[in-house]
Amino acid sequence: MNNAPARREVLIRRILAGVAGCSLLFLTLIMLFLFMEGLPVFAVVSVSDFFSGMYWYPTAQPPEFGIFPLLVASCAVTLAASSLAVPLGIMTAVWLTEIAHPTLRRVCKPLIELLAALPSVVIGFFGMVVVAPLLQDLLDLDTGLNLFTAGLMLAFMSVPTICSVAEDALHAVPSSLRAASLALGATRWETTVRVVVPAAFSGIGTACMLGMSRSIGETMVVLMAAGGAGILPRSLFDPVRPIPSVIAAEMAEASFRGEHYHALFAIGIVLFLFTLAFNLVAQYISEKNRRVLR
Amino acid sequence: MKRIISIFLLAGCLTTAAVFSVPAAAAEEIIITGSTTVLPVMQKAGEAFMAANPGISLSISGGGSGNGIKALNEGLCQVAMSSRDIKESELKEGAGKGVNAVRTAIAVDALVPVIHPENPVKNLTVAQLRGIYSGKITNWKEVGGKDENIVTVSRDSSSGTFETWQELIMTPDKVSPAALSQASNGAVAQAVAGNRRSIGYIGFGYLNSSLKKVDVNGVEARPETALAKKWPIARELYVFTNGAPAGAVKKLTDYLLDPRKGQKAVAETGYIPLPAK
Repeated sequence: MNNAPARREVLIRRILAGVAGCSLLFLTLIMLFLFMEGLPVFAVVSVSDFFSGMYWYPTAQPPEFGIFPLLVASCAVTLAASSLAVPLGIMTAVWLTEIAHPTLRRVCKPLIELLAALPSVVIGFFGMVVVAPLLQDLLDLDTGLNLFTAGLMLAFMSVPTICSVAEDALHAVPSSLRAASLALGATRWETTVRVVVPAAFSGIGTACMLGMSRSIGETMVVLMAAGGAGILPRSLFDPVRPIPSVIAAEMAEASFRGEHYHALFAIGIVLFLFTLAFNLVAQYISEKNRRVLR
Repeated sequence: MKRIISIFLLAGCLTTAAVFSVPAAAAEEIIITGSTTVLPVMQKAGEAFMAANPGISLSISGGGSGNGIKALNEGLCQVAMSSRDIKESELKEGAGKGVNAVRTAIAVDALVPVIHPENPVKNLTVAQLRGIYSGKITNWKEVGGKDENIVTVSRDSSSGTFETWQELIMTPDKVSPAALSQASNGAVAQAVAGNRRSIGYIGFGYLNSSLKKVDVNGVEARPETALAKKWPIARELYVFTNGAPAGAVKKLTDYLLDPRKGQKAVAETGYIPLPAK
């Protein structure tokens, strides 16, 4: 009779393992499918032409599948977004944990997390209808739908992610560290900058990487606000065409298992590798520093 | 545990019941495939058609005009949608398989270049449009406007609208990669209405008061000029059938050509309805 709970435990453990196994299996299958549908394009276009080609004319006769400008656009948009979102996100997190009055913090934190729940299509629409015309008139630009607008909107989206993860990391720094630093005569500023932030470095690094991987994979915002011109940007205010927007705009009309279809999956692979790299780096940072701290 | 199992059982019973309770409709099926330009008309009209004719079910898919005609020739569909006329080679190929493709025009697809209402330009030639979109003309001054850069707004390259533009205006050039690409007619209208330096192209049905339409080669964009084949950026949209439409297929083509039914769907999707015969 006594082993009934134990048996139940084994059963539950197996069910959970099965569920976890399933999700792993599905992810592997999705990846497999992605590669199976994407790789055939390299029968039509060589790998180097694909990556270094300057023109993306998938439906022309003969079609051209060069993704260099799209790749540059994706990187540029992510860079623009991160250079706004990373400082803003981290500073907000520092303010929330170290400076803000606890009451204010209890009000602000949920508000910031609410911002993370804003659907990207809303942010994209806001960028297209409000921000773009404003910037266009203010700076006398040719078009408000450009790299900067898209980066700004993406920053909007990644600040809450970065802030929320970084805040958790800062919050997890033991208060004994702060107390020790203050006891040794450091000011609050010195304690924050030299003790608390370095101690939470791994978490903050993870936060940045997660924020960046969110902006590189984001689709609606860049589809609506980046302008969609397949050129190499020469300034911050040139229109660009990042990878996700190409897939979103063209997949519906690409003929099933045609060259264009395979090419879209191939750029999906590229995007997948990018996000994977970001996540691996994030994991590496958090693992490495965790060990150092202990 | 017991409760969970009984919930599962209950759910199982319900799904089984649901599967078996679907009436086995002895519907006649018409398979329709082809041009993605014609697709929205067919989908819109098709829904109403199926509601009016419960005995007939339509299976509608896109894939391009060429694929549609190929499918018709191989007997894989009863109706092929096409945004161009059938080629001699395709007719011959069909004849070899005993298929005689018959053409029925169902609508006119006409595009109109649009600019911001504050832009003084009134008329552009086809050659000027080609120059603007291929990136050779970059300032409004060169075509009689203000001294400002031209911002070209185009559609994503796999849309039917882009294909029409490419075929009727751009050939043999290509739309410059510097053109902004938008994912729908509505997005193009939005982008042009919000930018004084821009030019875009949209279907007739998407014209509104926040846009200014441009005359092309001195012809004004009106449904009448498009139907009279004077408007240079227009083409007819067709459905092809094997032999003259008959039976259920005839019901469908009649429905499509009916001014109060199918032709209403044509107007609602942004194309120009054919005049009543």
